[in-house]
Amino acid sequence: MSTAAAILSNAQIERSASHTVAIYLKEAKYELLKSLRLRVYTLSVISFPLMFYVLFGLVLNSNGSIGGTSVPTYLIATYGTFGVMGASLFGTASGLAADRGLGWLQVKRASPMPPFAYFFAKAILSMIFSAAVVVLLLVLGISFGGVRLSIPETAKLIGALLAGSLPFSAMGLAIGYFAGPNSAPAVINLFYLPLSFCSGLWVPYMFLPKLVRQIALGLPPYHLAQLALGTVGAGRHESLLTHWEVLFAFTLICLGIARMGFQRDQGKLYG
Amino acid sequence: MAHTAASWPEAQILHQVPGAAVASLETVNKNYGDIRALQNFTFTAGIGQVVALLGPNGAGKTTAVKLLLGLIQPDSGKARVFGADPTSPQNRMRVGAMLQVGRVPETLRVREHIELFSSYYSKPLPMSEILAVAGLEKVASRKFGDLSGGQRQRTLFALAICGNPDLLFLDEPTVGLDVEARRALWDGIRQLVDRGKSVLLTTHYLQEADALADRIAVINRGSVIAEGTPAEIKSQTGGKRIRCETRIDLNTLLEIPGVIDAKRDREAVEIQAREAEPVVRTLLARDPSLSGLEITNAGLEEAFLTLVQENNEDQPE
Repeated sequence: MSTAAAILSNAQIERSASHTVAIYLKEAKYELLKSLRLRVYTLSVISFPLMFYVLFGLVLNSNGSIGGTSVPTYLIATYGTFGVMGASLFGTASGLAADRGLGWLQVKRASPMPPFAYFFAKAILSMIFSAAVVVLLLVLGISFGGVRLSIPETAKLIGALLAGSLPFSAMGLAIGYFAGPNSAPAVINLFYLPLSFCSGLWVPYMFLPKLVRQIALGLPPYHLAQLALGTVGAGRHESLLTHWEVLFAFTLICLGIARMGFQRDQGKLYG
Repeated sequence: MAHTAASWPEAQILHQVPGAAVASLETVNKNYGDIRALQNFTFTAGIGQVVALLGPNGAGKTTAVKLLLGLIQPDSGKARVFGADPTSPQNRMRVGAMLQVGRVPETLRVREHIELFSSYYSKPLPMSEILAVAGLEKVASRKFGDLSGGQRQRTLFALAICGNPDLLFLDEPTVGLDVEARRALWDGIRQLVDRGKSVLLTTHYLQEADALADRIAVINRGSVIAEGTPAEIKSQTGGKRIRCETRIDLNTLLEIPGVIDAKRDREAVEIQAREAEPVVRTLLARDPSLSGLEITNAGLEEAFLTLVQENNEDQPE
């Protein structure tokens, strides 16, 4: 009895700020390690945009131009958007859906892990894979497509695309909270592929059918692509603020949906 | 450290009350849609005890654990851990949990899983100690996906104990394990009990409850139908079975104090009694020619089945 009472009274319950930061970083480190070791994920998320770029930007149309911008330069922005979107959606949604549906998230929730460390790790993972896609696209474009960008332009392009990882990570959370562990990849593609096409990520915006062009104006990937295109002097030169506003609002909506899913989980039976 | 008893009034109270509750559910109701998981469920786990929630699958054991972990909320009633809300960060820091998991990230190594979970706690156990108690020294560098079933369970056990928690929840810790792996995990659990930890374990293995628990609560259909020490649970359905050949007739037998039931079985009689010795003494005194005396334990398994059956007969679906 006395042992037990002693244990109860000397409980150490506070956590310092530096300890909390260390947990966030460790969570992100292992999230990255976990995903890097999953070759299927790494290869598919990174290689698809690169393959598209090589085919349509370097092999087929490398001497063409779109509205005064060379095709290889233009397509870095659009396939960059495509890659960021894929890395962010798959980086959050598929892992979350599996962790939720198969009980692992409950083990984490029962522990003293700060809840946001889990989401932070997924967002960081998405951003790192997004950065890998964008950098590889640039390397390919500069090496084989005659792409010439100044350092500020390159920095702005990378910065815009990486910031764009956040709305799609939020979208991934929303999907991850409602999709089943096995159906998640299919559900992601159900959004990912049509959104990519309709936003002008595969076929440049001006070549899309009129109806699709009108739809595009309401789609978040269109706005991210326009931001990215703007940094290399291409695109439709609309108000930058509008693009950011749309992406910001979209992020909030997705987080709201994710929150609903989180609350729904509290009353749900697993296994 | 500045945060000791002053920021911990609950711990203070517990300190002064021997045998105080570390975890309790008070008249809890919990439904999943139309399914009643728990009904007016009241249950208390005491400090330094190993308490087993014993019941068939679907009885509500896991629901009780999830309520106490704050993973789900009761529809009515209260769940308390260390006198506070189970979801409080303070409680999370003092509690470890081993839950039934369908999939654990398979590409991380055992050591990495433990390191990450240890980092959540303020005063985790040293890695070498965690590996030793969980019996994972030899597989610490293996990826989770390459482990056997027993090693996987032991890894989950390691994650539950790594923070040196005061209260440990083990939900069906040995389900699906072979005898050897089960015994290895029991050893680990006993080591924690020896350190004064409180343990709440759910199981549908009677032998497991008997081997580990100080107290057993038998659960069926979302309610506690019996509670007590393993010995008390056994005695509730007649602790001993006495078989003998005797001239004493059944009605006389039934009047002997301590006899619960008596029936004829071919040439012998079978008597159920709470305790064997006083009954046998009386029998021998009344019938010197008594022969073929056999005394056996009514096992926990028998007790459990009787309890669950009686409960099911009382409340037809």
